[in-house]
Amino acid sequence: MSTQNTDWPLWEVFVRSKRGLSHSHAGSLHAPDATMALRNARDLFTRRGEGVSIWVVPAAAITASSPDEKDPFFEPAADKTYRHPTFYTIPEGVKHL
Amino acid sequence: MTTAPAAGAANETAPAELVAEFDAVVAADGRIEPRDWMPDAYRATLIRQIAQHAHSEIIGMQPEANWITRAPSLRRKAILIAKVQDEAGHGLYLYGAAETLGVSRAELLDKLHSGRQRYSSIFNYPTLTWADVGAIGWLVDGAAITNQVPLCRCSYGPYARAMVRVCKEESFHQRQGYELLYTLSHGTEEQHAMAQDAVNRWWWPSLMMFGPPDDESAHSAQSMAWRIKRHSNDELRQRFVDICVPQAEALGLTLPDPDLRWNEERGRWDFGEIDWEEFQQVLRGNGPCNEQRLTQRRTAHEDGAWVREAAAAYAAKHQTDTGREATAV
Repeated sequence: MSTQNTDWPLWEVFVRSKRGLSHSHAGSLHAPDATMALRNARDLFTRRGEGVSIWVVPAAAITASSPDEKDPFFEPAADKTYRHPTFYTIPEGVKHL
Repeated sequence: MTTAPAAGAANETAPAELVAEFDAVVAADGRIEPRDWMPDAYRATLIRQIAQHAHSEIIGMQPEANWITRAPSLRRKAILIAKVQDEAGHGLYLYGAAETLGVSRAELLDKLHSGRQRYSSIFNYPTLTWADVGAIGWLVDGAAITNQVPLCRCSYGPYARAMVRVCKEESFHQRQGYELLYTLSHGTEEQHAMAQDAVNRWWWPSLMMFGPPDDESAHSAQSMAWRIKRHSNDELRQRFVDICVPQAEALGLTLPDPDLRWNEERGRWDFGEIDWEEFQQVLRGNGPCNEQRLTQRRTAHEDGAWVREAAAAYAAKHQTDTGREATAV
């Protein structure tokens, strides 16, 4: 019954909502090529003026960190509280610091 | 991101550590993301629910699209086209969310077309008059919003994010329907009668949209524990009735329920018995339009095959051309 059983490639869509802001992930869609992915992304994610610029990226081209979001990959940052300004004690009354 | 292990991968022997982490995230009202470990049954429940939701959006385009060519003014026509296009968009957000769980789009469509996955039974009722477009916007979209707002806090991240987008857009759907009915209700006697008739036909099926009563709902308890669902079917239904009664009054229309009365003690509206036998019949495929809806969907899919094939062929050819240019350089 179904004439085509393979999906078009998957694209991840990133939208810049207005000048001055960076693109952020809006969702994903299928399209045969980049041109169609852009057109589909416009119709799908910016029907109400939600964007001034769109990026489409083949999902297969994205390299992600490990699936576990509490990964040891990010652990080196955990014990370096001295990277935050709040780590330091400053004498009372000192300004512009 | 959308890479996920195949749905249904056996994980009965999952390490206690993973189970504990999943439970902790859910208990802390955190979000589960596609590549996190999750119980097989959680994954299967989400696929079933999100797929049914996506299918409902796509099938739901039909009863309203039925009136696009006969809309009474250009204004109403433009609004209706925009609304039907939104429904297509909602279907796509939801298919996208379902795919993060490891099912393919082709598989989901195939299951819809072969009747192995369902869509909301409300769309098996016909749209007999123009006023039905108003009644669907006010009641059917209103019921959908009541159901969907809590889903914005669902424990599965991609589903919750899709629902935030959907809910923002649904509000226009409901208001255009309400305005349409208000206009008819305050028009000629005939127009008023048409609006009343539409509300009479859509009221009870809209109440059925919240699903069976709590004590007969097959998946409710587990879905609540997983924080996919936040409120029981009966609670959401009651909330919807309480919202609708004053809105109907403002429309100058009545709701077709002789048992509808204010309950001082509960501070809520009591309402009559729902005909669950009718609900079951429609679910089993015996509603007025089940056959028509699925046939039209299958036909649309088959008629669109050449477009999909042409686009794929163009993409393939273009890719070869680019490759050739690259080698030439």
